[in-house]
Amino acid sequence: MTTNRREFLKIAGVSTLSLIAPAIVCPAWAKEKIIPVSNFPEALSPSKALTAKRWAMAIDASKCPADCVDCIAACHATHNVPNFGNPKDEVKWIWKEKFAAAFPNESHSYLGKSLQQLQLPVLCNQCANPPCVRVCPTKATFQRQDGIVMMDYHRCIGCRLCMAACPYGARSMNYRDPRPFIARINPDYPTRTKGVVEKCNFCQERLAKGLGPACVLACKEKALVFGDMENPQSEIRLLLEKRFNLLRRASLGTKPQIYYIV
Amino acid sequence: MLEKSLKGSRGYWIWIIFLLIVAAIGFFFYLRQLDYGLGITGMSRDVSWGLYIAQFTFLVGIAASAVMLVLPYYLHDYKAFGKITVLGEFLAVAAVIMCVLFVFVDLGQPSRVMNVLLHPSPTSILFWDMIVLSGYLLINIFTGWIILTCNRKEIPPPGWVKPLIYLSIPWAISIHTVTAFIYAGLPGRSFWLTAIMAPRFLASAFASGPALLIIFCLILKRYGHFDAGVKAIQSLSKIVAYALAASIFFVLVELFTAFYSQIPEHTQHFLYLFTGLEGHTKLVSWMWTSAVLAFAALGMLIIPSIRRNDGWLAVACVFVFVSLWIEKGLGLVVTGFIPSPLEAITEYVPTGTEIAITLGVWAIGFMILTILYKIFIAVHDEKESP
Repeated sequence: MTTNRREFLKIAGVSTLSLIAPAIVCPAWAKEKIIPVSNFPEALSPSKALTAKRWAMAIDASKCPADCVDCIAACHATHNVPNFGNPKDEVKWIWKEKFAAAFPNESHSYLGKSLQQLQLPVLCNQCANPPCVRVCPTKATFQRQDGIVMMDYHRCIGCRLCMAACPYGARSMNYRDPRPFIARINPDYPTRTKGVVEKCNFCQERLAKGLGPACVLACKEKALVFGDMENPQSEIRLLLEKRFNLLRRASLGTKPQIYYIV
Repeated sequence: MLEKSLKGSRGYWIWIIFLLIVAAIGFFFYLRQLDYGLGITGMSRDVSWGLYIAQFTFLVGIAASAVMLVLPYYLHDYKAFGKITVLGEFLAVAAVIMCVLFVFVDLGQPSRVMNVLLHPSPTSILFWDMIVLSGYLLINIFTGWIILTCNRKEIPPPGWVKPLIYLSIPWAISIHTVTAFIYAGLPGRSFWLTAIMAPRFLASAFASGPALLIIFCLILKRYGHFDAGVKAIQSLSKIVAYALAASIFFVLVELFTAFYSQIPEHTQHFLYLFTGLEGHTKLVSWMWTSAVLAFAALGMLIIPSIRRNDGWLAVACVFVFVSLWIEKGLGLVVTGFIPSPLEAITEYVPTGTEIAITLGVWAIGFMILTILYKIFIAVHDEKESP
């Protein structure tokens, strides 16, 4: 069989195209890493997992000693939160603020010393109506059935619109590669890459294993109470029914799920 | 027609090489930013948007302003603009490309940018902004290029271009409205949470865009032997005057609401801009410069004898451009974050790297604009002297 020049070129052209075409239609950098379903912690031990209709937290401010940082240390160690050592690049999931900073609308000069000097733990409010989820252009931040507002670190493009949208300053951007700044890497939770946003995830990875949030367990004073807001018999509901409590910036309609007992 | 951009005077090539160098420097620093992360900029946890997003916001306005030529010419048959509508459309093309580049360099994970298309989220204003901006880019490339081609061949534009041009009018309004909605719908950012944001954006756009176009027309008259015509330039200058007046009025309206109501959440941002907050005064001198330039330009544009003098008109237009660049390109974005929702005052100063990247993007925009305008002038010359 003889192939003339014209035929050869034709075949060569078609073969080249067939090699290039898939790369053009679906460039490597647009491909998402597909995680097999069995890797989700939920699927590991569904019977053991803690579940709720709406997870929420109550913080009893009076029980919280001003200089204690146990909850912060536990959370940041569990979640591989880096410490850059400067406020500009800072990443934080839970930290402490003065009452006036956490509740600017409820604050005034004669509030009383005890309230003014309070150092309240603040974290993502896990809003029932979260603005960050609404504004995200890639659904990298999303809300689960049980109310937890989550981040997909592999989908986030780092546009930081969620940071502008959050009225609680709860979100942090990885302005640099965080890995060299993690004191001890916890292999049970992923580290992040530079250029993505992160925040508190209510320890969903621990809930899936039947464990409570790290901050709640770390608090020796039992100032943090975690539970299901839609279960009238839950500890958190019974507690909030008895005690006066506030939500941060309730007037914005975000329906925060962190209740502050003051 | 593209080949026409390859033949030019010495000055043309020096200008192109200069822009190439600035763009190359910007690219070099962008590679450094890619390597290090956005921490190389002045942006922080509290002020999470800076110079890049500010340029994006300002340039969407420049892009939208092409409608100020298209609308009078195509809807009201205002013949004086016939010669220069293509200049407006080409300016829009260059401005939208700069917008896209500024958003791109602002991304923490630029390699994932296609996620916006792979996982479309209709509740996100940024998603819609991408749609309207890319649509606007296509409309303007098509209409500008086709009309110029038809001018060259001295044939009337094909019938199907008209509907596209009519579509570009509401579309121009939409790009700046949607961009304003990125800001105006965020709870807890009281500086941006105002219904007048979109009208304010449009007013300042219709002042800064035509002002830039007047400057370009005056440059082309002097160095490109292309005369847009006194009537066209004077009409444009009146558009700038009215739009600038509206823009100033809208800012004053904002100031009234903030300071008469005396709600701290609303006053504190304006106080930061014009007086500084608790000793933090980095933007104060900029904002007063902007205010003085705006009022000076308005005065100059209102007085007919000054407006009719090309030299003074150019000065007034530079004032308008600089004033609104400061107001929208610097003040508006950064101040939304100062003070933060936790009442912390973190100031923002761009770093050298950030400024180099910003200049690089501007250089790319100017290069596209220069090439498009060069083709426009070449086609025009060809017709004048066959």
